Amino acid sequence: MELKEKLLSSFMAFEEQIDVHSELHDVRTSAIKNFENKGFPTKKEESWKYTSLNAILKNDFTVFPKNENSIEFKDVKKYFIHEIDTYKIVFIDGVFSSFLSSTTHEGIDVCLMSLALYKPKYKMVIDNYFNKIASKDESLTSLNTAFANEGAYINVPKSTVVRKPIEIMYFSTGNEAALMVQPRNLIIVGENSHVQIIERHQSLNETRANGELSEANPVLTNSVTEIFAQKRAIVDYYKIQNDGLEANLIDNTYVSQKQESNVSVNTFSFGGNLTRNNLNFYHFGERIVSNLNGITIIGEKQHVDHYTLVQHSTPNCESHQDYKGIYSDRSTGVFNGKIFVEKVAQKTNAFQKSNNILLSDKATINAKPQLEIFADDVKCSHGCTVGQLDETAMFYMQSRGIPKKEAKALLMYAFSNALIESIKIPELKQRITKIIAMKLGVKMGFDL
Amino acid sequence: MLSIKNLHASIGDKEILKGINLEVNAGEIHAIMGPNGAGKSTLSAIIAGNENYKVTEGEIFLDGEDISELAPEERAHKGVFLSFQYPVEIPGVSVTNFMRTAINETRKANKLEEMPANEMLKVIREKSELLEIDRKFLSRSLNEGFSGGEKKRNEIFQMAMLEPKLAILDETDSGLDIDALRIVANGVNKLKSDKNAIIVITHYQRLLDYIVPDFVHVLYNGKIVKSGGKELAYELEEKGYDWIKAEN
Repeated sequence: MELKEKLLSSFMAFEEQIDVHSELHDVRTSAIKNFENKGFPTKKEESWKYTSLNAILKNDFTVFPKNENSIEFKDVKKYFIHEIDTYKIVFIDGVFSSFLSSTTHEGIDVCLMSLALYKPKYKMVIDNYFNKIASKDESLTSLNTAFANEGAYINVPKSTVVRKPIEIMYFSTGNEAALMVQPRNLIIVGENSHVQIIERHQSLNETRANGELSEANPVLTNSVTEIFAQKRAIVDYYKIQNDGLEANLIDNTYVSQKQESNVSVNTFSFGGNLTRNNLNFYHFGERIVSNLNGITIIGEKQHVDHYTLVQHSTPNCESHQDYKGIYSDRSTGVFNGKIFVEKVAQKTNAFQKSNNILLSDKATINAKPQLEIFADDVKCSHGCTVGQLDETAMFYMQSRGIPKKEAKALLMYAFSNALIESIKIPELKQRITKIIAMKLGVKMGFDL
Repeated sequence: MLSIKNLHASIGDKEILKGINLEVNAGEIHAIMGPNGAGKSTLSAIIAGNENYKVTEGEIFLDGEDISELAPEERAHKGVFLSFQYPVEIPGVSVTNFMRTAINETRKANKLEEMPANEMLKVIREKSELLEIDRKFLSRSLNEGFSGGEKKRNEIFQMAMLEPKLAILDETDSGLDIDALRIVANGVNKLKSDKNAIIVITHYQRLLDYIVPDFVHVLYNGKIVKSGGKELAYELEEKGYDWIKAEN
């Protein structure tokens, strides 16, 4: 059976299995209808021109995760920012692991989406926010909405500075047969509040480290995250995508910002077979700041596609997009950055940069800025570079005794440095630096 | 120490060095002068191992070993140092971290233990004082936003840290004001010993007032056309390069 048919027939079973109130049922039903009409996106669609799901969809995915896989903390400790105390919401192959998690309801809610969806206590919040900013038109988002059940729910009331970062962790073991998971996250950050969130997708079978072919089963994750930043809220969001070669990730993130809020989404794409990031920002108020940063370092036949949208619908707001990519072997990258400035959005500052290094003749990057500007008093810019490593700089470092491989790594580190510097959690910064060093195959000669 | 025999080199189809012979012994300072385009920077880049140039003929020996096939870092590990005319900016890597990496890689290549952190700090302090470098400067990104003078001073600081056998200073005087020139020259002179050697590449005689050479060579059109003592530098200053051009 084709995956689409399988999903459609599973939907009935899924709805029966859980007892939902009628509003949620309606949302799900119309979502599955949209998916049924549209199906999985194909390369014929302009927005999927460079990314094909065909090969992945041929897998016979199981669409409901099985029981909890037991994993001990010591085995996965290194994936957490374990030097400091954090809230944790941990999923293994799509199933919540209460044992590894550290949730809370004290002052803030850091808990399970399923809890929020089905407990009457949260109904009002769900009615007000669930599926309110996520697209009702985009088929993969609809598919996720139809099956939305599990994920992270974070609700920070107004005037609250959340002292500990929140880690949302999606582990995949690759143990089970081909698995499709659809996490759904809802994050609401109240007026004048501040929160730091780390979302990580991590395969536990690190076959790539020793260069052996992966034995793990394929995984397809179709994730949707809705983030609501109220007035003057500050949200620092970090996405670490460090899956193995058998894992595929479609990440749909929708950010709704109110007046004077500041939201940064930093996406670190280091792994996976195919990764597609649909990152969308919508403005509802003035003096809003949106930051979209990305570092992509991939090789082999990996594919990462960043598809961003910033919708400037209000005056006096700014957005900054800064994406850097390093591509080796036969890897391919896509950056499609859309900036839409509506007629009323005067005094908009919208900037976009995409800088790329190709380390191999066989690596490819497709970069496409898309600016649609209807206001006449705005500052907008976009720029894209594709290059190789600076040979003079290589020679300079080598002449000081630094071997080629290390010199290359230092240069690439330098290339991505500005974005690494923008990481506001020191322990995370260190972690990312280490992952980068590992990707580049060197031990940095110093602690950073 | 350094022995260059009949060195020919080209970039693309263009032959730049056309048979260079040069002998440099430990304890000596050699100056290589010459007009623009004579091949001075090419010669220094080739000794340091820049792979953009192709050695078509001849050899480069360091302490009797042919180094012309070695990678730049391998030459560095054997004690070759090139101070760049245009040092490269490396954002995100501090001077200190860069030096620590360079020193430990060199030690590793020479089968030595890594330098302990406290010793590293001590050496850094000593050498930065020698070059009158502010400590704050050391935590800044390498060469990023440095003035011309700061970049050159930083090059000599690196030389002091790495203690090379053979140091080649490529136009170290360009972009330096008189005070910086004095500091840099003073640093170089203090680093000079009877165990190492220095090749100073320069356009003008000015630097040679501070770093006094034992030998002066004039490079013109890819060949050393004249060699002599330090008085040759004065003669050049007086007569200009047209004098050389006319003779060749």
